[in-house]
Amino acid sequence: MPRTIIPFGPQHPVLPEPIHLELAIEDERVVDVIPTIGFVHRGLEKLVERKDYQEFVYVAERICGICSFIHGQTYCQAIETIMKIEVPPRARYLRTIWGELSRIHSHLLWLGLLADSFGFESLFMHSWRIREKVLDIIEATTGGRVIFGSCKIGGVRRDIDPVAFQAMLAQLGLIEKDMREIVTVFLNDSTVKERLVGVGILSKGEAHALGCVGPTLRASGVSQDMRQLGYAAFDEISVEPITRPEGDCHARCSVRCAELFQSVDIIRRAVAKIPDGLIATKVTGNPSGEYLARTEQPRGEVAYYLKANGTKNLQRFRVRTPTFANLPALVKMLPGSFLADVPVIVLTIDPCISCTER
Amino acid sequence: MNEEQTFTTVPVEDLLSRVLGFRDKGWRLVQIGAAALGETIEITYSFDLGGRLSNLRVSLPSEGTPRVPSVSSIYPCSFLYENEMHDLFRIQVDGMAIDFKGKFYRTTVPFPFASRKP
Repeated sequence: MPRTIIPFGPQHPVLPEPIHLELAIEDERVVDVIPTIGFVHRGLEKLVERKDYQEFVYVAERICGICSFIHGQTYCQAIETIMKIEVPPRARYLRTIWGELSRIHSHLLWLGLLADSFGFESLFMHSWRIREKVLDIIEATTGGRVIFGSCKIGGVRRDIDPVAFQAMLAQLGLIEKDMREIVTVFLNDSTVKERLVGVGILSKGEAHALGCVGPTLRASGVSQDMRQLGYAAFDEISVEPITRPEGDCHARCSVRCAELFQSVDIIRRAVAKIPDGLIATKVTGNPSGEYLARTEQPRGEVAYYLKANGTKNLQRFRVRTPTFANLPALVKMLPGSFLADVPVIVLTIDPCISCTER
Repeated sequence: MNEEQTFTTVPVEDLLSRVLGFRDKGWRLVQIGAAALGETIEITYSFDLGGRLSNLRVSLPSEGTPRVPSVSSIYPCSFLYENEMHDLFRIQVDGMAIDFKGKFYRTTVPFPFASRKP
């Protein structure tokens, strides 16, 4: 059968950011794919040679416009480990709360994009309407909506008072109710299932061998979540990874849906247990040493490698983002699928090219 | 949080056998990253097993053309990391499963992270 090469992206209606797939097609079936990134590589890692290591938190936060808080947090954790800085318990809980709010709004954003990819526009709008309420909570507690500059080396910059906590919990109750409505549609609607069930299957062995992370990995039955390492307040707030055995697009959607409610539960437990006290420790001196910090972003494990030699500038700052780790999965999932399913399969790894082009 | 992790430096000749050992014991490849440190270039291969992190390190002189074998026959996903190392650090990786031949990243400056001029 004749083979046709179809370029998918870097500009494509379903892609908010540039990624290119070279699709080899026979009839309507994909038989091979080569992913390409690098269209907007920013070289932010190199900036570390010119920015003071404390200033660099702002750069780390700007690696991503969705999961920015956890980027800043991971950078801070790496520096704090190298410098043996003890972060106050209250700051660790605040980081946990803002991190989980970030996860909720990121997953809601993704659900909206997924609905858009299979043409369910009202579901897309409902997802993003709910996401706005989460951003309102973040704005009320930090002053920012997506990039909110609340994390710093040694702790956090802002506290949340008891009145704001009560308002947050009340709002979360309403958000949870709204989320249940859209999740019911995502998981049970026959038209949605028609597009997701049995599409883009990634087996447990393939997901592990290809180095996948996050919901992409857990939807293939691998129980792995970096929050179990116990960073921030996760040493006191347990997290059980949410897994699905099917490994298809529906399973990846299902994992993220369940994680929405898991994050709400984590926030409630964190608010109930948050201790009083300082929110930051004074930081003096310069870091010397190396460390590879890992946290669980909405898209999966992010790895931050830092190397310092005792000066105010780091020698090396390297980020391996979750999307970078999940790209090889596309090489496995796309062959055998219909061309019409490519946008949906690509979206189910929740590609964040902004992160990947750090 | 202070995650347990180790850094072990190995000669480049032992790299493939050591990486194969990690694969056979079920370790997941977390990342491959390079660091240009003046006279040397360090390449770190990070592996995870049940939350434990182990790092293999190869140290090469930055003079001439730093050259390492590809581990993509052992960990197929490594081709992205290896193309990245080539395009940013000018490290020659031999035998990559998919070789973008310097077109993985479109940078205005060639090999922008290398410690010396090309």
